[in-house]
Amino acid sequence: MKNQLLAALVVCVGPTLVAAEDVASSDVVFADGAVLASLTGVAGDAVAGRAAFINRKQGNCLACHMNSEIPEQSFHGEVGPPLDYVSERWTAEELRGIVSNAKMMFPDTIMPAFYNGVDADRTLKKFAGKTVLSAQQVEDIVAYLQTLSE
Amino acid sequence: MKLQNAIAAAAILSFAGTMGFAQTDNELTVEGQLISTEAAAPAHMENVGTVYSGWRFRSEETQAMQTDDFDNSGFVFVDDGLALMASVDGSEGKSCASCHEDAEEFAGLKAQMPRVNDSGELETLEDLVNTCRTERMGAEPWKYNGSQMAAVTAVIGLQSRGMPVDVAIDGAAESFWERGKDLYYARVGQLDLSCANCHEDNYGTMIRADHLSQGQINGFPTYRLKNAKLNTVHSRFSGCMKNVRAEPYAIGSDEFKALELYLASRGTGLSVETPSIRN
Repeated sequence: MKNQLLAALVVCVGPTLVAAEDVASSDVVFADGAVLASLTGVAGDAVAGRAAFINRKQGNCLACHMNSEIPEQSFHGEVGPPLDYVSERWTAEELRGIVSNAKMMFPDTIMPAFYNGVDADRTLKKFAGKTVLSAQQVEDIVAYLQTLSE
Repeated sequence: MKLQNAIAAAAILSFAGTMGFAQTDNELTVEGQLISTEAAAPAHMENVGTVYSGWRFRSEETQAMQTDDFDNSGFVFVDDGLALMASVDGSEGKSCASCHEDAEEFAGLKAQMPRVNDSGELETLEDLVNTCRTERMGAEPWKYNGSQMAAVTAVIGLQSRGMPVDVAIDGAAESFWERGKDLYYARVGQLDLSCANCHEDNYGTMIRADHLSQGQINGFPTYRLKNAKLNTVHSRFSGCMKNVRAEPYAIGSDEFKALELYLASRGTGLSVETPSIRN
């Protein structure tokens, strides 16, 4: 019973967990803003990535980006560029870099880093030392973005 | 710098055509009085040409609630505030009304707050109320962002409705104003966002279901449909900071007072709208 509770807790704080083979958020290597190697070694799941893209507590990508592949959601943001056909503009490696920490490619961007090893000033205690997305969620979202093509 | 701004402006203009909508062009008239919901930006704002009240970014339905005081749910709390001001409290046997017979004597006050007092401290309307309570009424101070404080500051603010925001930012106020400006542009929280990222660089765009405004504070305390009560400006700051996953400064802190002064100065020329209606 105790173990079950513990397991449930662990699932709740999922994004903070780093599986043994994940690249730690502080160890991600950027090359011209791109991240060449997978963060997990496990292929991204585009279906899971689509869900994380929509989920307000996970990627919440729709908050800022319009995406006509998700017509069932009523509200799409306008802060960032629309993501239609995004895979034709960026490679998987570039997308992985932008999702992990877009500031490595666009230093002044408003876009938050979703897999960042450094806490920003005044980060809420409950998020301290944690990333917005898990390494696998980044891979899943990158896999989903790669499906957005002509 | 100027060239950069011009380029940024051109970029915004060219992008605007693809966006759903910016702020509305509607005019706000309340009880026959025209309320200025836009003004030429004060000279200190380098990146914005025109300032707009948050009212301009709300839906027609929400806008309509503010055009008639019977439809304005904030007035339920204004009535509470008037009752509180007439109630005796504390060791001196006084109410607000003992010294301030008619709330109308507060006309113009809200438009100038916060301001630096004789002791060199930046003080807010809430501070003035609590100073009266503790020093003249012998009463306990109210919670800075509690319902009583919100109600009474709404009554006081209402007396300035329609008057242009005009806070002092020079002289003794300058260092507080600079502190507020620094806070406005500081990126904070797990999402690493500053006030400016959303409310200066991206006002007029949708962030999911919300229409980003300039974050003007001329309508506070404001009745929010979201929580069906009057909200103080420091509560709003705190909520915004939590939204970006940042540890908020304390309600009533020097930081929030400085930010309040800076934000008020960004709304120079807008009419006081207290109590406004927002999402």
